[in-house]
Order: sequence, then C-alpha cells, then structure tokens
Amino acid sequence: MTRIVNFAHGAFYMVGAYLAFTLTERLAGTWGFWGGILIAAAVVAVLGALLEIVLLRRIYRAPELFQLLATFGVTLMVQDIVVLIWGPEDLMGRRAPGFRGAVEIMGQLVPAYDLLLIVLGPTVLGLLWLLFHRTRWGVLVRAATQDRDMVAALGVNQKWLFTSVFALGVFLAALGGALQIPRDAVSHSMDLRIIVDVFVVVVIGGLGSVTGAFLAAIIVSELNAFGILIFPKISLVLVFLVMAVVLVIRPYGLFGKAEGAQRTSLGLSIRPWRPFTQAERIAVGAGVLVAASLPLFLGNYALTVGSEILVFVLFAASLHFMMTVGGLASFGHAAYFGLGAYGAAFMVKLFGAPMEVALLMGPLMGLVGAVLFGWFCVRLSGVYFAMLTLAFAQIAWSIAFQWVEVTGGDNGMLGIWPASWASKPAAFFWLVLGVVTVGVCILRVLVFSPFGFALRAARDSTLRSEAIGIDRRNVQWAAFIVAGTFAGIAGVLFAFLKGSVFPDNLGIPISVDGLVMVLLGGIETVSGAVVGAVVYKALAIWLMSQTEMSKLILGAVVVLLVVAFPKGIVGFLEDLRHRRRPASPPAGFKAAKVEAAE
Amino acid sequence: MKTSVKVALAALVLATGMGRAMAQDIKIGEINSYSGLPAFTEPYRKGWQLAVEEINAAGGVLGKKFVVVSKDDGGKPADAVTAANELVSSEGVVMLTGTFFSNIGLAVADYAKQKKVLFLAAEPLTDAMTWSQGNKYTFRLRPSNYMQAAMLAEEAAKLPAKRWATIAPNYEYGQSAVAVFKQLLSAKRPDIEWVTEQWPPQGKIDAGAVVQAVAAAKPDAIFNVTFGPDLVKLVREGNTRGLYKDRVVVSLLTGEPEYLDPLKDEAPEGWIVTGYPWYSLKTPEHDAFLKAYQAKFNDYPRLGSIVGYLTMKAAAAIITKAGSTDTDKMIAAAEGLSMGTPLGPIVFRAIDHQSTLGAFVGKTAVKDGKGVMVDTVYRDGAAYLPSDAEVKKLRPQN
Amino acid sequence: MTPLLQVENLDKSYGGVHAVRGVSFSLTAGRILALIGPNGAGKSTCFNMLNGQIKPNAGTIRLNGADITGLPPRTVWRRGVGRTFQITATFASMTVRENVQVALLSFHSKLASVFRYAGAAYRDEAERLLALVGMEAQAERPCGELAYGDLKRLELAIALANQPKLLLMDEPTAGMAPKERVDLMRLTAGIARDTGIGVLFTEHDMDVVFEHSDSVMVLNRGELIATGTPEEVRRDPQVRAIYLGEGLLYDAKHREGSAA
Repeated sequence: MTRIVNFAHGAFYMVGAYLAFTLTERLAGTWGFWGGILIAAAVVAVLGALLEIVLLRRIYRAPELFQLLATFGVTLMVQDIVVLIWGPEDLMGRRAPGFRGAVEIMGQLVPAYDLLLIVLGPTVLGLLWLLFHRTRWGVLVRAATQDRDMVAALGVNQKWLFTSVFALGVFLAALGGALQIPRDAVSHSMDLRIIVDVFVVVVIGGLGSVTGAFLAAIIVSELNAFGILIFPKISLVLVFLVMAVVLVIRPYGLFGKAEGAQRTSLGLSIRPWRPFTQAERIAVGAGVLVAASLPLFLGNYALTVGSEILVFVLFAASLHFMMTVGGLASFGHAAYFGLGAYGAAFMVKLFGAPMEVALLMGPLMGLVGAVLFGWFCVRLSGVYFAMLTLAFAQIAWSIAFQWVEVTGGDNGMLGIWPASWASKPAAFFWLVLGVVTVGVCILRVLVFSPFGFALRAARDSTLRSEAIGIDRRNVQWAAFIVAGTFAGIAGVLFAFLKGSVFPDNLGIPISVDGLVMVLLGGIETVSGAVVGAVVYKALAIWLMSQTEMSKLILGAVVVLLVVAFPKGIVGFLEDLRHRRRPASPPAGFKAAKVEAAE
Repeated sequence: MKTSVKVALAALVLATGMGRAMAQDIKIGEINSYSGLPAFTEPYRKGWQLAVEEINAAGGVLGKKFVVVSKDDGGKPADAVTAANELVSSEGVVMLTGTFFSNIGLAVADYAKQKKVLFLAAEPLTDAMTWSQGNKYTFRLRPSNYMQAAMLAEEAAKLPAKRWATIAPNYEYGQSAVAVFKQLLSAKRPDIEWVTEQWPPQGKIDAGAVVQAVAAAKPDAIFNVTFGPDLVKLVREGNTRGLYKDRVVVSLLTGEPEYLDPLKDEAPEGWIVTGYPWYSLKTPEHDAFLKAYQAKFNDYPRLGSIVGYLTMKAAAAIITKAGSTDTDKMIAAAEGLSMGTPLGPIVFRAIDHQSTLGAFVGKTAVKDGKGVMVDTVYRDGAAYLPSDAEVKKLRPQN
Repeated sequence: MTPLLQVENLDKSYGGVHAVRGVSFSLTAGRILALIGPNGAGKSTCFNMLNGQIKPNAGTIRLNGADITGLPPRTVWRRGVGRTFQITATFASMTVRENVQVALLSFHSKLASVFRYAGAAYRDEAERLLALVGMEAQAERPCGELAYGDLKRLELAIALANQPKLLLMDEPTAGMAPKERVDLMRLTAGIARDTGIGVLFTEHDMDVVFEHSDSVMVLNRGELIATGTPEEVRRDPQVRAIYLGEGLLYDAKHREGSAA
C-alpha cells in the first residue's frame, strides 16, 4: 500500500517466531500459548513501527529502491542478532494446546492445527477486508494509495497513516511467523525461506490486491503439494515457472491493475550527465595506471581480492547500465553472471577449451540467456519486471542445481583454472583489470552514444519516446542483452578466479549484492556502480575475513550509508562538488560552448 | 573512478596488513560456515579448540606452537576459496582443514589441488570428495555418505519390510544417499520393492504433502535423509498423521545430537539411525574426551565436537609423522596414517584418502523428555567401504 | 488533391461506453483545425487514435491517402506526424538541447549507433529548432527544471524535429499564462503557414481557438456536432446549447477585452 518494497518482512516473520517461542515457553497454559503468540506479534509490530519512524521515514524521498536497500541492511542485521539472542540451534516450539491431534477426514488424518490455520486464513482476510472497507482508517489508507496529495489535503497526517499501515503489515508477518511454531522449527534462516515466496505470492496475485495474494498463496501451496507428487524433480522451480507464466500472460498479476502513470525512471537527476572532461579522463587513466601498478607492491592474497573486487565492478557496472540508463531494475542479474561462469566451465570441462577460448565463448551464454529472458521481461515494467527477472534467474539457478549430469548440481564444476600465463595472481589481476577497464569504458561510451540516449529517452518518458519513433521494447531489450553479456564476462572471470562454478553464482544473494552496489554508488550517476562495487565488495570481503558477525556490521553499514547518502556515494560527492561551485555549470563536453546555465 | 581506486587501494592495504606469519609457529588454516550454520559449527569449533589446547599442552608439534587460523565462509563456496587463498597466501598456513557443506568442501579441495596445499576435509559427506573428484592433496575425516548409508542398508536388510519408500532433500547429498542405499539394500535383498521416492526441496519441505504421498504408497518401511528444520516438520506431520505407526524408519544422521536434540520429547521412537550417543559411551578414551570437553565448555559434545577435535588431532599427527611441513612429505605421512581416537582407532586410507572413522548405529528413543539413541553399536568405517578394485574405478588415478 | 489527413467513421468504445463514434473529418496541408468540446467529449481519445496510441474499433485514418489506422505511434511518427501532449512528456534527465537531439537522431535513424557522442550530433539543427520556438538561450539547461510554458515550447521543438507534415497538439497552451498562450499559438500558426504543415489541436481556451484556427470541429459525447469556420461554429445553436453557452460566456466575461 505504501509502495515500499520491504525486504525486512521476512525478518519480522522470523523475529515473530522467535519471540513467540520464548513467550510460549514462559507463559503456561492455553491462554499463555495463544496470548504469547499475539503478544509476540504485537511486540514485533511495535518494533516495525519504530523502524519505520526511525529509518524509513528519512528515506521516503529517496528513490524507491533505496527503501529496499535499507530493509535489506536491516535483514542482514537481524539474522545475526537472532543468533546472538536465541543462540544458533534450531528451536522447536510448543504444540498448540488443544490442537495436538489429528482429525480424520475422508480416510486421511489431517492435523487439527492445520484445520485451525485453514479457518484462520480466510478469517484474517475477512478482517482485513472489513478494516479497509468499513473503517475510516481503511478508507484513508486506500485513498492514500491512490493519491497521497489528496489525502494530505484532507488534513490527514500521512506519516502516521503510513506508520500504522507498516505496523499492521509487520504485525501480520510476525503473526504468521508466530503461528508457525507448532509446525516448524524456529531457525535463523527462516526469513530467507519465506521472503522470496512472499514476493512471488504477492506478484502472482497482483500488487495491492489482498484477494489476489490470498488466491495466489493457495495456488502456490497447492502447486507445492501436488507438484511433489507429479513432478518431484522440479519442485524447486515450480512456483517460479508459474510466476513467469502468469506474468507473461497477465503482466500485472492475476488481480492487479495496470499501474497508473507510474514513474518509470528510478530517480531524476537535475544535473544532466556529461562525458568526462579531458582532465577527468587523465585522472581516470592515472587511476587505472595506479591500479595496474598494484602487483608491484601487493601480495598474492591482496591481488586476488583485488581481482574479485574488479570482477564485481564489471558486474555492478552492467547492472547499473540497465538500471540507471535503462530504468530497468533487475532482481535477477546474477542469472547472466552465473550463465557466463557456467559457459566458461562448459567450455573448459566439456570441450577442453583453453582459457582464452572460454573467455570469448563464456559470455555468449550470458548473451543467449539475456536474449531469451529479456524478450519476455521488457514486456513488463516496474516491480513486475523485477520479479520476472527474478523468476528467470531462479529457473536458471534450479536448472544448474538439478541437472546434475551436466552441471554437477549442487557440487558444482571444479577445475576451471586460468591458463598458465595467467595463473600467477599478478598476471590474472592484470588480465581482469584490462578486461574490466575495457568493459566499463564500453558501457560508458554506450551511455553517451545515441543508443544510450534512446534508452534514457525510453526510460524518462515512454509516451514521448514512442511519439518520436523509438521502439521502447527493442531498445530496452538491446540494453538487457548488453547488460547480460557484460555480466557474463564478469561471470567468466569469476569462474577462473575461483576455479569452480556453483549454482550459487546464479543465486539471489549475488543479484542482491549487485543491487546494493549500484544503489550504494548512486542510482543517478553515470558510473557510480564502480565505486559502489569497490566499497561494498572490499568491505564484505574484509568483514568476512575478520569477524563472524559480518552480516551484522555489513547490514549496519548499509543502513548508515543509506541514511547518510540517500543519493549514493557518488551522487553525494557530486552534490558536494556542485554546492562548492554553484556558479559554474557541470563541466561540459570539450566541444561544447559553455553557456551560463542559470 | 579516481576515488574508487583510492578506496580499492585502502581496502587492499587493509587486507594485506592483517596477521603476519610468525616463523616459530606452525599454522593450520581452518575454514567453516560459522555464520551460515552456527548450530553445527559452534560445537565443532569447541572441539578443535580443545584439541589445540591439548596439543600445545603436550609440547606442540615438532617443538613448535600449534596455531589454528580460522575463517568463516558464510556458507558460500566462492567465499571459502577467498578464505583459503587468504590463509595460504597471506597467513602462510601449512595446510587447510575444515568445511561442512559438500560443495564448499569440493571447492576448497579443488583449490588445494591447484595450489598444491594439503587439505584435510572435516565434515563434508559427499562421496565425490574422495572418489570422482578426489585428488592427491585432499583427505577426509568424517565417514562419507556412502559409508553411513551402507551401515543403515545393512540394518535395513535384516528387517522383514519389503515395500520401501524414500524421502530425501532434492540435491546431490540426498540423491546420492538414496542411490547408495537403494543399490546396497537391493543387492542384499532382491525381493525388495521401492514404492515411492519423495524429493522435497531442501529447507522448504511441504511436510503434510510428503507425508500423505508416502502414506498413500503404503510402504512397510521408510528411508529418510532429510535433516534440520525439514526433519522437524516431517516428524511432527508424520506423528500427527500417523505415518510412523507400525512402520520402520531408517534415517541418516538423525541420531546426531545436532539433529535429535531440537526434537525434544517429540523425537521419534524406534527409528534406526546413525549418530553419536555421547551419553552412553563408556570407553576410557571417550571418557577422557568427554570430561575434558565438559570441563572446558560446561556443555556436552555434539558430533561436530568430536569431528573438530579429531581434525586438529589428525593434522598434528600428520605433521608429527612427516617431521616437516613440506606438503609432499605431509601427504606421504597422511597416507596410511593410523591414530587412536575417542571412538576407536582410525586409518587414513592410502587408496582414497578416506579415514576409517565409523559411526554409531542404534535406535531412537525418548528418555526424560529428550531424544536419545539406544542399543548403539559402533560400526568401524573400514568395513563399509567398497573393495579396492571398485574404489580404483571410482577415483581418477593420476 | 488528397487531403493531408482524412478520417472516416472513427469509432472507439471502452466496455459499453462509446467514447468516440462515427467521427469523420479532413484536414488540408497548411490549415489549422481546432477540435473542441466539453470535458469527457472524447477529444483525447480521438487524438490518441490519430497518432496510434489507441487502436480504433472501426473507421480509417489516412495520411496523404495512405492508411495509417492502427499503426503504433512510432510508425505514425515516421510517416510524418508530430505531436505534443496535454501533460508535457519530455526527457527530464537530459538538457533542453539533448531532448531535441534525441528526436533528430531518431529522425535520421541514428539511434542504433553506439559509438559517437550523442550530445554532439545535429547540434546546429537542434539549435535552429530551439531558436524557432524561442528556447535557444535555455539549450544547456536541464529539462527537469524548466517552467511549464517552456516545456510546452520544447515539446513543440521536439515535435517539429521530424519535419512533420501533420502536427497534433493536445491542449498546447494548457497551464500557460495568457500572454504565453497567444505567443505560442502565433508561433505555431506562423510555422504551419510557412512550411505547409497541417495542424490539428484541441483547446479549452476559446480565445486561442477562435483567433488561430481556420476551422473548428465540436465534439460532444463522442460525436461531431458541428464543423465550420470559427464564425459558423460560434453561431451554431446546437453548439451554443451544449457547450459554448457556459464556457464561452464564462471565458469572455472572465477575460475582459477579448473577442466574443
């Protein structure tokens, strides 16, 4: 309703379950159990409201994806915090008093607690419906969803309206988690298990439709149940297949409506982009030279870390190109990274190709994947686009995971090491530096090419770009393919860096890492992703090496950065530069006559 | 971009600045999923910490202090390779040890092969570790998937049950466990019929549906490979829906305290499992270990504890026998190395670098509101490995 | 001679509601035709069908005799139809000149090029178009910070980039100050007459309509109820009854000294 893509919902679900576990262990009796569950949900709702007030309110004005980044940071922190508070072991909660047994229905024993949940689901749905349609609060919320300004004009305090909606959502999430304890073990990984499913359900149902979400939840769980019987081997991917099919046929989910004049651009910069000036080019060149001289005074480990950072620079830059220039926020960009990595692995393992050939052929897998998936994806926009990219990434992931004969499944493909001339860390670093520098330069040239302008035109205004002869889908498809190919190149380098390829390479965490890098660098900048990738990856590797609480610290850093630099690091630096020199316009292209801009 | 390079420089300088190897210590590199899987890796860490303390109390190794440098891999193979690289290139460790997940174990093993470093894998179970993907530099301590499935298949063959169902997580571990179990049991009992196979996704089991599907096939017995939260759900759903009534369940790893303890009083009764019944072991060797462990940590050991403990004991034994930290000498020493353990003597086989550490097979029961293993027997791993000729076929010979 | 634009029996309904029915008219090159009508009369639907944003249920649209019915906007544009929008649609992340340059690049089919710097392409032509609409001084400014009137003028410059034969302008002066309105329409009329472009526009401001159009069509509830010169339309009793009765009087009273 508030249009916040809340990644932390799974975290609240998990905290709800943990708190309910503690409370139901402490409070005795039937009342203690049910009371404990409700209290747990209420406490988490209060925590959620606090989070909204303290964190999210500050960033409502930032690009929408920044809220995703902030909640991602919170999720990381919560994962470590629950381990600190409740310990690492899976906890098994009490069974619901009065619902321990089973009821026999048509010869099958059905757990009584399941029946209770079956009743509870529609009840909650009904209550929600009443709340939204029969109370003043509900009417205001629905109105605010349509038009914030109108509600503000009515003299309603929107801030508290949003806080209350957020708290309600959190309450329901925590209640859901708390209600799991009689069935499930409480563990610190349950947030990730649920959050992707929740996104899938909401998207299949159609955003903003509670009924749709409810129906989709039923469809998804039925599929899971029957899928096991009919297609036991593809149970992993079934929901994503369904989501992909639903979105291809109905671009706004089952019950969703076409989003009204939505802002397709991710964030509007008041400063148009400029190519580098001569001085800036020299500075960048010098920076690359400095990087190239690193092997002279750094050790092997540092160089390998440097190579890894560079690989992610290229990966983030490719995603950045698609997100910033194309306005296409992909949640599944790891698919093309992973496809590139697998492409290299296939070349080496199946065809015995040397590294040089794999370097050239590997990215083709990313390219082919992007051609195929992109064709479907660019038919959608906004969150639906993001979710379809996610679905395709998950489909690619599960193929890698399940097709054991070819991909080695979970155990991956091993022995993908660089050719002997590049096997020394320094040589490999130079190789990566060269490829990445060229790659990032090409992407930058593309941004300022007519093609890049067409892409930005399609992002800024679909209406106008169509009206001046730009085929939005084709242009965006081309951008998708470009981004996928460069991600594929990064994937190939990654495979040779690590010597092995695993389904992880296509997984959601890598996609999310990419998003974080882009957002950290600055969504409104030309090459912010480069900085974002360096900062995030260096920090992540260093923390990983230094502490086991890396998620807690990394999450906190992400949250702080989001609050401190809502335009990203590079966006912030640019602001700073312009504040210092308000009179002079952005340094123009060399040939441009510099005219007073004000 | 200029800024980016500066930041990169700063990061690299930080990265290299950490920990300089001190020449007088013998450093062992250790990698495990401490943040990703704390429930298993915490007891494991306690185990190796105890071993390190004991080794140094006895004068260290080759007259030097025995030091373990431990890194977290976050549950990701790529991060494990980064950690391995840091340990080898930057910390100067003489060998790598550890890992829990099969894919991480394999990634580190491949890294070890590439960089010519000895790797003593502690916990990963996959058979590929020592067989299809086996290499000269990699050894493994814990009894493999094959060995444990073989121990259970032996027990299963004694049962009258003819109609069998399997439930296993849908990835390599589950698939290979089921394959080995089926192959070995069918070989012993040709009359057996496999009536259904269930492959719930790991971590996302729809237990109700799985239980119904298995019940519908009317098996006499069930072979289960699920673990962790999936196992909890499966046990609960199965109990409520009466799946385990009058059926024998043979279940891999379920007797390990890591998996059995979270089930508390709902632990299933009469399941035939592999595991670690630390409470009923009465050998002097184990008593000594148990006392020392409880004294140091005020906690009881899990299976991970004993694996962690033995990992560092084995590492020290390898170096002591080699008389050097030269990789080739250590490999030569490790091949055929025999040592005593709290569970009994073990040997690192020269043929496939697998240790003969065994496992306990027994039945589950509930005692004082807790799941325990009863009627336990220690099965020596050596008896549950295929013949040398078969191993030679399974393992690349070079 | 075939008329520049020939529309026959255009029909569009949204689930039972007839937004536009049986609309036929034609427009000759160099002429300015106004389409007026009360809110909800179907003007925008009609307009959006002309440039292909909406597909009509029935009827044909011919441009210089060629059928363009149901073609997508980008193809219609390639055939020589420029348009401006009721709510301006420009590229907010670019400068004023870049906005025009994109349109020029598209017109010259250079948008697939990946190497040259787009900011350097067709600069002179872009400057000329901006000068035409009086925006040359603002060429370097970010489009996102322009005043609304300037955006309207920029849109006109963009719409002229493909050297159109037909210009569709949906409420070109909405949201502008009275002086600006007169200036913009004078400018448009001048361009149309000089270059022989046919202009079709919708408008609420009757001053603008009557001063600048050669003929006027009145749309009510999806049907054309009158067509003719401004004077004829003004005198039409049906038009007066349905539409002008209030609007025109209001406008006239509201703005002293204007015609009517």
